[in-house]
Amino acid sequence: MSGRSKEGKILLLQGNEALAEGALAAGCRFFAGYPITPASEIAEHMALKLPALGGTFIQMEDEIASMGAVIGASLAGVKAMTATSGPGFSLMQENIGYACMAETPCVVVNVMRGGPSTGLPTLASQGDVMQARWGTHGDHPVIVLAVSCVRDCFELTVFAFNLAEKYRVPVIILSDEVVAHTRETFVPPPPGEIEVVDRLKPAVPPEWYRPYEDTGTGVPPMAAFGDGYRHHVTGLTHDERGFPTQRSDEIDALMRRLFRKITQGFHEIQRVESYRMEDAEVAVIAYGSVARSARRAVLEARERGVKAGLLQLITLFPFPRRCVEKVLKQCRAVLVPEMNIGQISREVKRVHRGSSRVETLNRVDGRLITPREISDCLIKMYY
Amino acid sequence: MAEGMTGLVHKYLRHDKKFPHIWCPGCGNGIVLGSLIRAIDRLGLDKNKVALVSGIGCSGRMTTYADFNTLHTTHGRALTFATGLKLSREELTVIVIMGDGDATAIGGNHYIHTARRNVDMTAIIVNNQVYGMTGGQYSPTTPYGARTTTTPYGMVEHAFDISALAVAADASYVARCTVYHAALLDQLIEAGIRKKGFSSVEVLSNCHTQFGRRNKMASPVKMLEWFKENAVRMQAASKMKPEERAGKFIIGVLADSERPSYNEEYERARERARGIRNEPKPPARCEG
Repeated sequence: MSGRSKEGKILLLQGNEALAEGALAAGCRFFAGYPITPASEIAEHMALKLPALGGTFIQMEDEIASMGAVIGASLAGVKAMTATSGPGFSLMQENIGYACMAETPCVVVNVMRGGPSTGLPTLASQGDVMQARWGTHGDHPVIVLAVSCVRDCFELTVFAFNLAEKYRVPVIILSDEVVAHTRETFVPPPPGEIEVVDRLKPAVPPEWYRPYEDTGTGVPPMAAFGDGYRHHVTGLTHDERGFPTQRSDEIDALMRRLFRKITQGFHEIQRVESYRMEDAEVAVIAYGSVARSARRAVLEARERGVKAGLLQLITLFPFPRRCVEKVLKQCRAVLVPEMNIGQISREVKRVHRGSSRVETLNRVDGRLITPREISDCLIKMYY
Repeated sequence: MAEGMTGLVHKYLRHDKKFPHIWCPGCGNGIVLGSLIRAIDRLGLDKNKVALVSGIGCSGRMTTYADFNTLHTTHGRALTFATGLKLSREELTVIVIMGDGDATAIGGNHYIHTARRNVDMTAIIVNNQVYGMTGGQYSPTTPYGARTTTTPYGMVEHAFDISALAVAADASYVARCTVYHAALLDQLIEAGIRKKGFSSVEVLSNCHTQFGRRNKMASPVKMLEWFKENAVRMQAASKMKPEERAGKFIIGVLADSERPSYNEEYERARERARGIRNEPKPPARCEG
């Protein structure tokens, strides 16, 4: 980080640093991770900043361990995060499932690089979208956010922590190599102006506490270990008291509640940003760094007389179906550019019921899709 | 003794919530759990400040029955969860229960590194030399030549010495015992919990159902006799030749040293981050 973080000062940050700053602003005080390109700067920044804040940074022996430590910290009542890239994200999947099942708030950052396998450590990709959605085994809902710029990295990390705390879920942030390493100026908001949500704690005495009780919101209050509640936490399917169960009524109730708590929060979880959509006849649906190319492409296309617009997906999952449907209804053709062979485009096609065309533009050579490539497509689609 | 134990059962087990347990009659897990609660009682620990963490397997169910802050984690990963817990809430006394497969196969790496970091917690490894819950497959501690469901013609691999691994990784306290030597086990667990830093207590335990039946020890009594006859105290073992030690279980305290725990070291790093000058201390103990 260059320049000091005094109020109102302009900082020149890369995406990874802004993301770490966002986490600290959200109250994250525990980070466990394992070095991996292109995510390492997040760990480095946390290692630098956490100790003075009374927090803890630890470099674990692998990503499995990192995710385990993050869950342990969260159960102790501390906001916790880890960050990795594709290969490490694969290793984390086991314990991400545990966090879903045991309803442990935490934030997992995946700075996407080319894959499969070791792939392209230093080049960008959006190949992990479906892994973020379905990476861990078992039926489960998940919240996945996509960042596209330095400002996003800060603000959406705060948002991710707030959602994790409010809904007691792991929240996955998908970044990519371009966003992670691009430096931009950024003025962090004064701490007082950042909305920070903390998990609900039980208000009942320990003997009344049911750690997995169904509440109106579907989110039970969460006691920390050491608070005197002495509850049980397990990855096994459990009853309201947290103990393993094989009773079909209890299993069904748990599974449906896990989904319902997210469904009930769609209105605040699902975020999109519309750009020049008012009179658009053709639209781009994009996310992550590609959304920035798309924004420029919309301007270029409009200069050529094309009524183009952009729907930027900030929340990828739960898939913002209503917003996408609206665009599909309004426009005669929709373009979904992605740095993969088509992952979100499949979701767009899945919800598509109208007569508009859905086209894809895919790059899997480790390079960002350029504005020109997108605007060329828009022009072809329009005329 | 009997009445005292009933009192402890009521005090430390979730007797009104989660019984009957899932263990086979005569299982060594009960002896280990008994030793653990006796040790905790003797130490006078506040139940609200004890976190019992376990992995997956028969021993992993111990957390369900004990009335502490209990955490039943994923297979092999108990130490990683426990690390996050201990580093975030230092006042908790963290005790981790693992099986032999848990600690040395799927979780072997975590075991080595948690010992090396000297995170202040006590790992109790219930070593029954087999994967009991999944039907009796061989584990990294199954003795050479033993029959299991995946070594129908005899075990061809050589067993891991769990405690030697902990000694090599520089754990502050390393001890081994068997479920036959329950009184000793009480003492070893108590000393392990008392120790600042990483303590490893390996307990040879009987799985007569899955291991004993296939190795001519089909009852708990036969297996306990096997432990009794082959256990050698640390002092006696040091006078034995290597070939005499083959097939013996060396019990007692195998390592005991003083080294700052991870929490202590990290607190000093926090001070340095705040501008307080305290250069890293040289290691408290020398190599060799």
